Amino acid sequence: MMSYFKLFALAAISFLLAGCPSSPNVPDPEPTDTAYGDDAGATTDGMGDGSYGGGEYLDDPTAGELAMVIYFDFDSSEVRAADQDVVSRHAMQLGDNPNSRVRLEGHADERGSREYNIGLGERRAQAVRQMLMIQGVSAAQISTVSFGEERPVAFGSSEEDYAQNRRVEFKYTN
Amino acid sequence: MRKLLGILVLLFPVAGAAQILDIEVTGIAQPTPVAVVPFGWEGDAPEMPLDVAQVITDDLFRSGRFAPIDEEKMLQKPTDGADIDFQDWSFVGVEAVVVGKLVQTGANAYELRFWLFDVFGRKQLFGYRMPASRGTMRIAAHRAADMIYEKLTGIKGVFGTKVAYVTARRQGEEQLYSLKVSDYDGVNDFTIMESKDPIMSPAWSPDSRQLAYVSFEGSKSSIFVQTRRTGNRFRVSSEPGINGAPSFSPDGRKLVVTLGGVDGNLDIYVLDINTRRKTRLTTNRAIDTEGTWSPDGRYIYFTSDRSGGPQIYRVRATGGTPERVTYEGSYNARPRLSPDGKRLAMVHNDRGNYRIAVMNLERRDLLVLSTGRQDESPSFAPNSDILIYATRQGRDGVLETVSADGLIRQKMASGAGGDVREPVWSPFPRF
Repeated sequence: MMSYFKLFALAAISFLLAGCPSSPNVPDPEPTDTAYGDDAGATTDGMGDGSYGGGEYLDDPTAGELAMVIYFDFDSSEVRAADQDVVSRHAMQLGDNPNSRVRLEGHADERGSREYNIGLGERRAQAVRQMLMIQGVSAAQISTVSFGEERPVAFGSSEEDYAQNRRVEFKYTN
Repeated sequence: MRKLLGILVLLFPVAGAAQILDIEVTGIAQPTPVAVVPFGWEGDAPEMPLDVAQVITDDLFRSGRFAPIDEEKMLQKPTDGADIDFQDWSFVGVEAVVVGKLVQTGANAYELRFWLFDVFGRKQLFGYRMPASRGTMRIAAHRAADMIYEKLTGIKGVFGTKVAYVTARRQGEEQLYSLKVSDYDGVNDFTIMESKDPIMSPAWSPDSRQLAYVSFEGSKSSIFVQTRRTGNRFRVSSEPGINGAPSFSPDGRKLVVTLGGVDGNLDIYVLDINTRRKTRLTTNRAIDTEGTWSPDGRYIYFTSDRSGGPQIYRVRATGGTPERVTYEGSYNARPRLSPDGKRLAMVHNDRGNYRIAVMNLERRDLLVLSTGRQDESPSFAPNSDILIYATRQGRDGVLETVSADGLIRQKMASGAGGDVREPVWSPFPRF
């Protein structure tokens, strides 16, 4: 009896420690004590006091996928706050795999002169590069290239098209 | 260009000093009526190898300064200068008449003879004969048009010059890029280079024999110099980071280029093509790019956003402190000087639209010449009188020309589908 309980407790604790993985859309479950953990964490009904506490988190199918492109505001090479997490995850991935190499490809929308836009694309790629290096990624793992306005993904001239083209793409070469 | 035209002989020298017709150009509204009479033909084949009169007519018409009349209106159609009747031409109302004939002199040898007359003055302006082969016939016709144009306007014609440009065509998910050269009127296009990766910034060497350009083959930017006649090319710059915006020095021995390095700080460098030695001209943390030489070789003009947004600066080609050149508007980029050194063309943001503007370097005034929303890549013709640039027509990139005073405009037919961009006008050909 005792050993079963220990095993179970261990299992419960290790489950809690593993926790819900890094899905940004799903808030962490409330911290609980082991008694609550009896029900394997996600439990719901049967609360004696009658208040509604139902529901169960579903798995986020994109939770594991790492975004390979981030977008920029007009005339800006600042990484958006919402994308800093993406960059950090790339930094972690590069840190964990010192043999991997990433090429940061910078892009701009089509407005204005072409070679100047090469400069704007490069500024964006460099902003991401700096952020990776600050987080410990070795310079040897990173290269940059700017395509300016030469490689659009959206071929029109609307603001939406422009917004889709102002980007940095992560291309792993290893 | 080869030496196939041989010796040009002045047939009937003009009596006294050369007279330039006093023709007033008031813009597209009043082009000068002229007549280019269909040329005579003396040769083996039933038809002449090229309708020379049509080439000359099209050239004069395209310049925007002349209105060649239709054949039906011609009361006489002489094919020899001796047969001109000024009375008939006065009646028709033209100011100048071109008469000519093509004579076969050998298996693949011809002679182009033509005469230019001033109708009001009732006199011949000049007569000329030029040898040509079937292969050089078109060039000869353009040279004839140049001579006629210059005699009538005082401006050197550019009908025998070339244009280089980049095309981009969608192929499924990818784009196919080509670097091409054609006659100034789009005829005879020839593909210099083709690639799945972008091609940018073509530049002519002063002797027209080579083109420099940026290629993104291998997913990195490199600068190449390619010899047109052989197709041979060599890589002149392939540093880590950006290699861009090549432009030849007036003596053809150097290129001004943009290098970014590992840290992506774009700056202007002068690169000796033979020794590959580089001299750095800017060190600012800003984007410094799009360098171009002044025709006298003393200055390099470039784009810099060191004051916040892109403006045009210049620096002595031997090094020094850059000085700012443009102060009007929030965006001035991609400088190009006219070959006579008097004007500076640029991409200028005019109330939200990117347009071509020209600054008179003495008066420092700015004239906006184009009317689109995304106009770019201005390039002067070697006579400094016309600019070619890229604009948008719906979704397509197309080319347009405009006279330096903004009065005469010409849309160029775009190729079969896709974008045409980055036009660069050749220098005058050297033979």
